[in-house]
Amino acid sequence: MAEGIVTLTTSTFDETINSSETPVVVDFWAEWCGPCKMIAPILSEIAVEQAGKVTIAKLNVDENPDLAMRFNVMSIPTLLVFHKGEVAKRLVGAKGKGQLLQELDEFLVTSP
Amino acid sequence: MTRQVIISGSGPAGLTAAIYAARANLAPLVIEGEPSSTSDQPGGQLMLTTEVENFPGFPMGIMGPELMISFREQAARFGAEFLTAKVTAIDFSERPFKVWVGDDVYESDSIIVSTGAQSLMLGLPEEQHLLGHGLSTCATCDGFFFRNQEIAVVGGGDSAVEEATFLTKFASKVTLIHRRDTLRASKIMQDRARANLKIELHWNATVTALHGTDKLTGATLTDVNTGEETLLAVTGVFVAIGHRPNTDLFKGVLDMEDNGYLITWPGSTYTNIDGVFACGDVQDHTYRQAVTAAGSGCMAAIDAERWLEAAQHA
Repeated sequence: MAEGIVTLTTSTFDETINSSETPVVVDFWAEWCGPCKMIAPILSEIAVEQAGKVTIAKLNVDENPDLAMRFNVMSIPTLLVFHKGEVAKRLVGAKGKGQLLQELDEFLVTSP
Repeated sequence: MTRQVIISGSGPAGLTAAIYAARANLAPLVIEGEPSSTSDQPGGQLMLTTEVENFPGFPMGIMGPELMISFREQAARFGAEFLTAKVTAIDFSERPFKVWVGDDVYESDSIIVSTGAQSLMLGLPEEQHLLGHGLSTCATCDGFFFRNQEIAVVGGGDSAVEEATFLTKFASKVTLIHRRDTLRASKIMQDRARANLKIELHWNATVTALHGTDKLTGATLTDVNTGEETLLAVTGVFVAIGHRPNTDLFKGVLDMEDNGYLITWPGSTYTNIDGVFACGDVQDHTYRQAVTAAGSGCMAAIDAERWLEAAQHA
């Protein structure tokens, strides 16, 4: 797994989301999804560049279908941004780095 | 710095051009596109396909994304440079040619256009809010979420029939909706679809509305002959109704046919502008295969190499 990216599973999901000081961007992905592969390196870069402001996490829907169902994920990649334990934003489909940073801008504030 | 060759687009055509240009020591820059969940993305249309069965050299087939990642690695191995972005503007009026990516400008003596084609959508207003909530552009990505559900595929070409067949791995029933009464898909794909008990063919109909607020619940089908409307209850709709070439940037600059496909000199990849070459689906609405795209990408790199050589001695 790439540096700075947290791997979530059904057993670690709630605790990680609820205890995080920063917003958590969860990437719902799977091995068989081409567009997911294309955004993986972009998310790794964002994880390193925005460390401390935002947490980037990955969730394999193939291994954790219950979580995909719980959050109504019907298309991957889907990025869900969790802030204070709640879904604050839903981004469906692969996007370029510029567009992704723009979408995440509101969450990239330096914590006081 | 003026480069020798810039390649715009990174499907089989662009990446084959990159392999050949890199091996010819032209140090190509590949502006590969931006990630998306449509076919307009780095790697191109094969990024959304499953098993590619007809690419020579892979007797057992190969996954589309895997094939494209291999193409890219092969080009990188010989020194091709990659920029994961889309060209946003061009100026081919004088040499060196200029291409912009946002505010950054890149100059090059020659250009290879391999921007491909992107999938058409239905053009319905409901598409906006239902995309990713039952409406999908990527069967390989999203088929998994429709286990034991009834879904539909729109289209009658190879992609539509392949998607319908693939989706029967998950869905309990797949209705293939086509606006004509015959399929355009290849014989082998048609036979496979007809032999598949989970696939039902719905002829002479177009999808005229999608239903559902948070999630797709159904689609209205309109008979093209009688105008009669029927409601099909489905939780998923996959669209594969064809492609349009990615040539908006080149309008008024490069010669194109009425349908937007670039025109190249027969038997070559030359466009109407000296030093600008085109290859792959952006200039081919006849064959549109990975292997023909790759073949024309090779031609473009050789055409560019010889043209650069001649231009130096001119």
